[in-house]
Amino acid sequence: MKRITIDPLTRLEGHGRVEIFLNEDGEVENAYFIVPELRGFEQFCVGRPAEEMPRITNCICGLCPEAHHIASAKALDSLYQVDPPPAVKKIRELFYSAFFVLDHATHFFALAGPDLFLGPDAPVAERTLLGVVRKLGAETGKQIIDARMRNGHAIQLLGGRTVHPVAALPGGWSKPVTEEVRKEIETIARANVEFALSALELYEQIVLSSGANVALIVSDDYTDRTYSMGMVDSRNRPNFYDGLIRVVDPDGGEYAKYSPRDYRDYVEERVEPWTYLKFPYLRRVGWDGFRDGPASGVYMATPLSRLNVADSMATPRAQACFEKMYETLGSKKQNGRYQPIHHRLATHWARLIELLYAAERMVELATDPEVTDPNVRARLTAIPCEGIGCVEAPRGTLTHHYWTDENGVLTKVNLIVGTTNNHAPIAMSIKKAARSLIKKGVVPSQGLLNRIEMAIRCYDPCLSCATHTLPGSMPLEVAIRDSRGIVIGRVAREP
Amino acid sequence: MKLKPKLAMYWAASCGGCEVSLLNVGEKILMVDRVFDIVFFPCIADFKYKDVEALSDDHIDLCLFNGAIRSSENQELAELLRRKSRLLVAYGSCAHEGCIPALSNLTTAADTLEAVFVSNFSTANPGGVVPRTTTRVPEGDLALPLLYDTVRALDQIVRVDYYIPGCPPEPPRIWEALEVFVDAFVGGAELPAVGSVLGATDLALCEECPLERNEKRVPRFFRPHEIVPDPKVCLLEQGIVCSGPATRGGCGALCPRAGMGCRGCYGLLQGVVDQGAGMVAAVAAVLGVGSPQEEESAIEQTIERATSSIVDPAGTFYRHSLAHSLLRRRRPSITPNEADEGS
Repeated sequence: MKRITIDPLTRLEGHGRVEIFLNEDGEVENAYFIVPELRGFEQFCVGRPAEEMPRITNCICGLCPEAHHIASAKALDSLYQVDPPPAVKKIRELFYSAFFVLDHATHFFALAGPDLFLGPDAPVAERTLLGVVRKLGAETGKQIIDARMRNGHAIQLLGGRTVHPVAALPGGWSKPVTEEVRKEIETIARANVEFALSALELYEQIVLSSGANVALIVSDDYTDRTYSMGMVDSRNRPNFYDGLIRVVDPDGGEYAKYSPRDYRDYVEERVEPWTYLKFPYLRRVGWDGFRDGPASGVYMATPLSRLNVADSMATPRAQACFEKMYETLGSKKQNGRYQPIHHRLATHWARLIELLYAAERMVELATDPEVTDPNVRARLTAIPCEGIGCVEAPRGTLTHHYWTDENGVLTKVNLIVGTTNNHAPIAMSIKKAARSLIKKGVVPSQGLLNRIEMAIRCYDPCLSCATHTLPGSMPLEVAIRDSRGIVIGRVAREP
Repeated sequence: MKLKPKLAMYWAASCGGCEVSLLNVGEKILMVDRVFDIVFFPCIADFKYKDVEALSDDHIDLCLFNGAIRSSENQELAELLRRKSRLLVAYGSCAHEGCIPALSNLTTAADTLEAVFVSNFSTANPGGVVPRTTTRVPEGDLALPLLYDTVRALDQIVRVDYYIPGCPPEPPRIWEALEVFVDAFVGGAELPAVGSVLGATDLALCEECPLERNEKRVPRFFRPHEIVPDPKVCLLEQGIVCSGPATRGGCGALCPRAGMGCRGCYGLLQGVVDQGAGMVAAVAAVLGVGSPQEEESAIEQTIERATSSIVDPAGTFYRHSLAHSLLRRRRPSITPNEADEGS
């Protein structure tokens, strides 16, 4: 059996590899997405004091440390059975909104931007952030870098540091927000709303104006009809900081809505011996292999899935854009809500709508008088035992679960991380793209490589966001091997 | 035209925060692009392992290597990049001293695999399947790198020329360090002595911390959530463990400024062998025991009371430096529980 190896696939949780097997007819028999890395936080955090976890789990990911920091803070609230003072919740969500703006904006422009604005067949040398800037103009380029820098600054003002913030405490936050800082953050938040609106405008002008682009978005090659997961508030609107987890089936019916502390009743993980990353699935639906449909427990947890589970958005401008996306992509309303969109490439559009929501939410919080309340500590009286904290990370629902002794020292840790939720969907998307592109007698080409990349990029797999301010694209090489592993052909992307 | 010096940046067992820190130098990153030719940088450029293998030895002028050595793949890349690089820099705390991944040295790879894949709370794995270095699937064999028991810093695997500390390094200091190389490569300036730590000061973090020190002594220590500190006063003197006295300066004391103790990510001080030992000394100093008037038994009692108020000294004092410490690792034959009883 002929084998095609894509190695290294960098920017996928650090290290990733794809192995595609072709059968005797030259058709794709199977494809494996392999993660060859494990750092083992679940084990080495045992013995650490629980309150250190917001600072230790930051280092799971240097691109989204804020997500781990906040999920961990909430797990500590739960561990000490404490409801943080209002200012604490608002500061955390404000901090988290700035992070969402930063993360989504830079992913959209630097990583997805080349595909969206220049097209999948643009010359490789052009398909970088610099190419995007050339197409969109230097002014837009400056706006992108400014958006990144000002939100990094907001994160440091609120959380102490930009990469690996430090302020989270059980039931608290290490420092209150002064009026001076609040004003600065408000200015940043307002600039973010303008930035988000202009990003959406660009997307419509450049991407949606082309029939070929829309056809690509809705093409079957990039469509998998899985369950969708996301956190919602009491009115079924997305919230990234707090709420219930809602899951809808492929047709949009509510499959479950549960408190994050009951996650184990709904989610289970599968181990495969050929990868260090596990495969979560819906427990009661069950694992039915790498396939979509209502009988398979595979679900996605992405910007697109978060909109799929929502009845509406919590802020006005994001709501208008939400309606527009579902109408444009032909979703029909059923029982008062839009049916889910399963076209993975639409995730980029959904990401921009979330960016706008995060910016609007940031303005709401920055102008909330309670955010400057100096009371940022709760009194802890309970004896710690077990705590669960959950947020929506940019790349999916993130759960931290801690068990401790009565002294608050960890005895067991469980983590289900954003990208991990999407492990099976990513593998499926790769296989689907490979199957539709690699046909009998077709020699894998540069275009093929980029189209496989696009299938992966929709999910913004974790380490990819490192490139957010620099030109670059995913390094890919396809080696064609015979059944003994001997390389019989090689396709690398042009340098 | 003079050839531009060649730059590489690679991540081993890391979080990606080092790459982000480099990008956070802001517009200066365009200067990096102007001065250097990037020849390998998986995070932003298309070059492959194969391309690096094809380079002549010492072809790369400057390689910024971040991440610890946790697997056979990490080691292979460290050795490859050493061979191909004229100057190899351990960039960030993981490559410098092991950092958070080296906390794994308090456990073993087998226990880690067991905890993550077998006894894990949300994992259904009745067959006890754990990832293997080779797996036969119907279509062929699939390979994974081997996870090592001991996580190592870069200079425990290969020779390292310079160090840029921090978890991650702070952008202003990164730029300072890079300027040293730019001056050498472009301006002909002399390079610093091999083994130098760049982008950091030679003084303790306390020297750049704005919090007031009053030579106050404390009877015990508090965990961060047990006390609301005075935001203007030295945290250690309020009984909050802060690794500032045993840690190199350079970051600007960002964590103490936010009311949280330093955890030592800029690494041990010049001339000190073990950062944790330095912290023990710092903690003892703030307790103020050891004056000639005190009875030895009273001193012991004070120390006993104080140290028992510090939970997890190993994981706190050696938060970032375990790979390089005198402790190095827990002996694999001892389970964590047994060893706890002995400590």
